[in-house]
Amino acid sequence: MTPGIRRGIAVAALAGLGVALLAACLGLPDFGHPRGPYATEVIPISLHERHVTSVVAAITFDIRGIDTLGEELILFSAAAGATVLLRSQRAEEDAREAIERHHALAERTPAPVRGLGAALAGPLLVLGVYIVAHGQLTPGGGFQGGVVLASAFLLVYAAGHFIRGPVSLVELGEAAGAGAYVLIALGGLVFAGAAMENFLPYGTTGELLSGGTIPVLNVAVGVEVCGAIVLILSELLDQAMLRREDR
Amino acid sequence: MTVAVLSLLVPLGAACALAGLAPFTHRRAGWTPVLVMAAAAALSAVALARTAPRLDFVFGGWRPRVGVAFAIDHIGGGLALFVGVLGVAALAVAARSIAAESLAFDALMLVFIGAMIGFCLTGDLFNLFVFFELMSVSAYVLVGYEVRRRAALEGALTFAVTNTVGSILLLVGIALLYGHTGALNLAQIGRTIGPADTLVEVAFALIACGLLVKAAVVPFHLWTADAYAVAPTPVCILLAGAFSELGLYGLARVYWTVFHGSLPAEEVRAVLLAAGVLTAALGAVMCAVQHHLKRMLAFATIAHVGLFLAGLGLLTAEGVAGTAIWVVADGLVKAGLFACVAILHHRFGVVEVADLHGRGSRGVGVIFVLGALAIAALPLTGKALIEEGEAWLPVAMVLVTGVVAGTLLRAAGRIFWGLGKPPPHDPAGDEPAGEDVREGEGGVGLLRALAAALVLGGIAWGFVPGLRGAAGRAAAAFTDQRGYAAAMLDGHAPPLPHVVLAPPGATAYVYALGSLGLALAIAAVGLWGGLRVPAPVEALRRLHNGRPGDYVTWTVLGAAVLVGVFTL
Amino acid sequence: MNVAPYAVAAWLLLVGIYGVVTSRHLVHLVLCLAVAQASTYVLLLGIGYRTGGRAPIFFDIPPGTPVVDPVVQALTLTDVVVEATVSAVLLALAVQAHKRFGSADPDRLGELRG
Repeated sequence: MTPGIRRGIAVAALAGLGVALLAACLGLPDFGHPRGPYATEVIPISLHERHVTSVVAAITFDIRGIDTLGEELILFSAAAGATVLLRSQRAEEDAREAIERHHALAERTPAPVRGLGAALAGPLLVLGVYIVAHGQLTPGGGFQGGVVLASAFLLVYAAGHFIRGPVSLVELGEAAGAGAYVLIALGGLVFAGAAMENFLPYGTTGELLSGGTIPVLNVAVGVEVCGAIVLILSELLDQAMLRREDR
Repeated sequence: MTVAVLSLLVPLGAACALAGLAPFTHRRAGWTPVLVMAAAAALSAVALARTAPRLDFVFGGWRPRVGVAFAIDHIGGGLALFVGVLGVAALAVAARSIAAESLAFDALMLVFIGAMIGFCLTGDLFNLFVFFELMSVSAYVLVGYEVRRRAALEGALTFAVTNTVGSILLLVGIALLYGHTGALNLAQIGRTIGPADTLVEVAFALIACGLLVKAAVVPFHLWTADAYAVAPTPVCILLAGAFSELGLYGLARVYWTVFHGSLPAEEVRAVLLAAGVLTAALGAVMCAVQHHLKRMLAFATIAHVGLFLAGLGLLTAEGVAGTAIWVVADGLVKAGLFACVAILHHRFGVVEVADLHGRGSRGVGVIFVLGALAIAALPLTGKALIEEGEAWLPVAMVLVTGVVAGTLLRAAGRIFWGLGKPPPHDPAGDEPAGEDVREGEGGVGLLRALAAALVLGGIAWGFVPGLRGAAGRAAAAFTDQRGYAAAMLDGHAPPLPHVVLAPPGATAYVYALGSLGLALAIAAVGLWGGLRVPAPVEALRRLHNGRPGDYVTWTVLGAAVLVGVFTL
Repeated sequence: MNVAPYAVAAWLLLVGIYGVVTSRHLVHLVLCLAVAQASTYVLLLGIGYRTGGRAPIFFDIPPGTPVVDPVVQALTLTDVVVEATVSAVLLALAVQAHKRFGSADPDRLGELRG
């Protein structure tokens, strides 16, 4: 198809879809007045049965926990995919070039920027851990905190430093996070009779250790997300971000 | 319940374990993934045996309106078992024919198969979407696995872009349904959906678009041949046997549990039948002009998917039962044919008919021919049920299966017996073999045994005693919307409606013979006649040009047509 | 009735897909897909919004306060993760295409014909 024909067909089709979508949206309940019985049922359950204050966390990790398992495995597949697609035929020269480029960048970066980058890494890590740990109490949780943790690594890289650490440890950590989630799901099966059932004591609302398996799952997801994102970024940056120990 | 959950969690957990070990060893996992998958398949079998006629449970012990429910009936559980068995076959082929460098391939295959099992068992709309996405993402990576080759890269790109657009449309449909009913459990949405207004029609059309992209129905099918041509053979086995069929299963499941009471059945039936026949026709025509074995099998799969869609589109229990039987038989036979292709690739490094002329061994040739004949005459039971439906449908089926089988016989004649003259070079097949091909003769014996077992299994499946009765009962449970909702939400199931499936009558055998005859005729003409490809078919072929922009344009056009048909 | 949020969602979807169709660079294509995905976030969150509702976190508000729908927030969270991962895989493919074969133009992918 020539670009002109393609554009024409696409515009016509999209216009039709748009009109239909708007017509469908007119059938939705008025904006601001959601109809859902699901939402109203879920809120008291989270508060009273699970003792967590963040209803979103209760839904993500407990009530619809199996969806989160699937989601986490999607991230896991993508990290494995980045590895498979980028690493296996990366020539040694590419990796060396990337490291040389990074050295050059590091030399051009002014010292205050490098210092600031290094200094901020620590607080970022603490922030990430805080967000992961408080997932069941305040907005945040495993996914968000994991991304913040991964960004600490990226910050160090962007400020011109290297992180000396084995890539294999990151891969192991990521797989361990995913595996831990599956194990907890199975644990629900073993200890409580239904898969994914919350089998740890619930604690008191508002405390750090409340909600049974929810904080544990938060940690597992946080570890896994951090590992996956660091892996993906490091592969996209030609492995200049994490240096292998054998280099 | 435990067993069913384990059949899902075992492959997923094993995948995590394999990935955790991946950085520490460079050896392949050998037969471990096959054993894991065999265990999961065994668990699926046990779960199926205990499902009578439904097994509903909710994760976390919540009630169905709140938690994520799995609703296993015989069709869903049977399909999960079938996926497990295909998975064992695919992993066995992989253990022998892929010289991959790390455990990541095995981990991704296990995740892929586990996601498909979950997709079959789920009773929750968003959970369906999550497993759909998990299936898709692992498939994107697996299809592009031999990424050193340019064609693999391109195939994976078009596959990923087209399927992502489909999944976006699916999610929009799901969001609309959630806004309308406030529920995500399929049974509950079905109960609260109310009469069909614009929103319900648009939601169904969008959800259908997303699932039909996966099912490779026209015009959403353009990614299929490109992806099959470049994917490693074990992945092709799963794509051909399970991936597209699961798209159809998802559509059927969502229709029967959610939309059956509210959308006008006549309209849905007409649309699905039309789409099915169009897909089957296009698949057959495109298959006939292929000279690259994997693309040929890809278009054969598309043709069959069209016929399955037509069978489901009859919207009767008999249609569902016949299609279910046929899907299993067809999947096994296709897997066997792909295993033969794997043998050829392993030995010679190419899969083009032109390059293989006269080189294949007779033993493999016999298996291949058996598979091709099976496609023509195969599901004497399954096809027969669909043939009861409309008057013109059996004729269409005879034509399509005849053409597909004839093309395969023609290819087999050329490759294994050196008959006829070599075909022109297929422009899609110019790529040299990937470096992942292991050289030498070792291991072909196992592949040959596997191919024979799969093809014979596919043929024998039609003769399993009591199959028709079981399929009839399973289909009755599948199409019983009220019973599904009652079992899930109220905790008790009303008795099943009675469905009687007649054994194949004389007409079924006549149709089968007609199909066989057509196949032999087409093979003969292809081998010794000298037909040129007509211009319209050439134009059609040029549409499959490997560009994601074009493919997405067709996808959006198809979506607009589908939405328009339902709302106007 | 206020259709503005839904109109925004529809517009994002259409513009995103149009961008995918007419794209001349693979990275641009991935970002257009991200825009189209964003339309689903807007649609979901718009469906769940309650006028006068607070965020569904009861850490410092008393139980019983009207809050927005927390279920769509969980769905959106899942959706964001899915979109990010698909983008990652597609970007990896795009990087490979550019590095090894010199072009990131999707219309130059033409080897698979027929």
